[in-house]
Amino acid sequence: MEPDAAAPPLVEVSGLGRTFGTEPPVHALVGVNLSVQERDWLAIVGASGSGKSTLLSILGCLDTPTAGTYRFDGIDVAALSDRQRAGLRCRALGFVFQSFHLIESRSVIENVMISEIYRKQTRRGRRERAAAALDEVGLANRAEFLPTRLSGGERQRVAIARALTRSPRLLLCDEPTGNLDSTTTHAILDLFAALNERGRTIVMITHERDVAKRASRQVQMVDGSLKESAWI
Amino acid sequence: MDLTAPSRLASRDLFDESVGGLFARPVRTALTVLGTVVGIAALVATIGLSRTAGNRIVGRFDELAATEIVVTSKPPSPGGAPTALPWDAEQRMERLNGVVAAGTLTTINVGDALVRTSRVSDPRRQTSFNLSVAAASPGAFAAVRADLRNGRLFDEAHSERGDRVAVLGPSAALRLGIDGVEQMPAITIGDDIYLVIGILDGVARQPDLLGSVIIPEGTAAATFRLASPERVVIETRIGATTLISTQVPNALKPDNPRALRVAVPPEPKRVREAVQNDLNLMFILLGGVALVVGAIGIANVTLVSVMERTGEIGLRRALGASRRHIAEQFLLESATMGAIGGVLGASIGTLVVVAVAARESWTPVLDPFVPLAAPLVGAAIGFVSGAYPSVRAARMEPVDALRSGT
Repeated sequence: MEPDAAAPPLVEVSGLGRTFGTEPPVHALVGVNLSVQERDWLAIVGASGSGKSTLLSILGCLDTPTAGTYRFDGIDVAALSDRQRAGLRCRALGFVFQSFHLIESRSVIENVMISEIYRKQTRRGRRERAAAALDEVGLANRAEFLPTRLSGGERQRVAIARALTRSPRLLLCDEPTGNLDSTTTHAILDLFAALNERGRTIVMITHERDVAKRASRQVQMVDGSLKESAWI
Repeated sequence: MDLTAPSRLASRDLFDESVGGLFARPVRTALTVLGTVVGIAALVATIGLSRTAGNRIVGRFDELAATEIVVTSKPPSPGGAPTALPWDAEQRMERLNGVVAAGTLTTINVGDALVRTSRVSDPRRQTSFNLSVAAASPGAFAAVRADLRNGRLFDEAHSERGDRVAVLGPSAALRLGIDGVEQMPAITIGDDIYLVIGILDGVARQPDLLGSVIIPEGTAAATFRLASPERVVIETRIGATTLISTQVPNALKPDNPRALRVAVPPEPKRVREAVQNDLNLMFILLGGVALVVGAIGIANVTLVSVMERTGEIGLRRALGASRRHIAEQFLLESATMGAIGGVLGASIGTLVVVAVAARESWTPVLDPFVPLAAPLVGAAIGFVSGAYPSVRAARMEPVDALRSGT
């Protein structure tokens, strides 16, 4: 789905920097400027160590920048307290990780339901909402399975369903196909395409160009700086 | 909608997540809980057993000591004659309400007279013994709670007739080599022959009788010129000693009650407290050490669990959990482990108390507060043990937790 260029950006990053340590300091991000519109699908491409994971962590309010500003839906995220950032993650952000991060002792549907517990929503309908999310990713028939019985692609679909249950404003994906074979990768990307088509805003980092090409927009990280992707 | 409002975790969700965390690794949880189970069980069992054993010990002490009165005559004043106890002291005492048994006892001075089993000296073994000889009224055996092993006790008739019969204490019988009365064994005290008619198995009071040759009072009066009994031993009902002790001097010596010395038992309550305090302190120390070991086990395993679940912590933070939510979950998990350990430990400890009491035919004594408080103690121990690991979990930065956990 095409983003609405006239609308204010959902994500607006300006002069963003992140430095680790002091002796000597490591500049993971340097002067990053980026804006993401609603219904955008952005791929951030870069080699290992280029700073793309650090950028995603800051966009996901899991880390704080040491320089610059980050506005999410007009909110100055850098000024938020730890609890407020947790609240923002809870209500507006969804995550899909390379290593899935499923709790292996819980069933598939319980793994999806867990995403709602920090919102203090009523428990009524929680299972039904989780089942609907699993249905959306094509795993309705695996609801009671343990994650250990699923393939890599299926596990990633569970992680996506977990992120979708909360209807996040922004879906952040950290190498979502990094542990998957090519067939499963295509299936997952098809799923992202369908989600984006239905209006989901997605920011995805990857080091695979073929994966990045599926996104509607690509940027490249090189040594902590962002470049519009001329290489694609 | 305020997107930055703090995330919230309902109590039931917190409980479900904590229980879910516990059952994720049931074997490890069971082994961890085992430490607390052992600690609490040890504590409950030791407290219960100390109370039970203490009650038993104190009960025995009370029963024996708190029901015994011994009456002797005071030493005479210079130039005065000693006060004689009456020969019918036993009958006089039995008339008092509250007296269970009474009898007179006298240690007889036999001079150089030895006790022998044969008139013929056998050079190969010792046949003559320097044994204590005591004179007793028939009721004295009941008053000292003597158990008869063999034969019979002498009675009023033996005493009145001055029969030369004797009952041996168990140590005396052993030294004399007499183990039964079927062959009608005889002993000599000095030159006088006595027929042994009974052998005692034991006495609960006046333990000097264990090594004595006991002869009837009337016989002692006739043979050894015994002027009067030396002491009166009285067994009273529990709680009657104070009253009886005030009545005894008047009953025995109405003309001069002050000439008698009445030995009453010490205050039983104080003795009970002293005995129980000693026991309780020892057993609580033992249980406390076991509990500390259990607490260290919970702390250790919770810390390992936090380290292993770093990825889960990162995920929960990504899903919106605050540091407090993470700390609460791990605290509740460790407290729940402690509480489960407390419930199981209290049950096992109570069973141990009952089993030991049943085996020893004792009455199990356990303060109901102990098993009821044990789960709370367990939970508190789990809570305290889980504090440090929980704080460590809460302090993890989400990005670091996600990176290091898988």
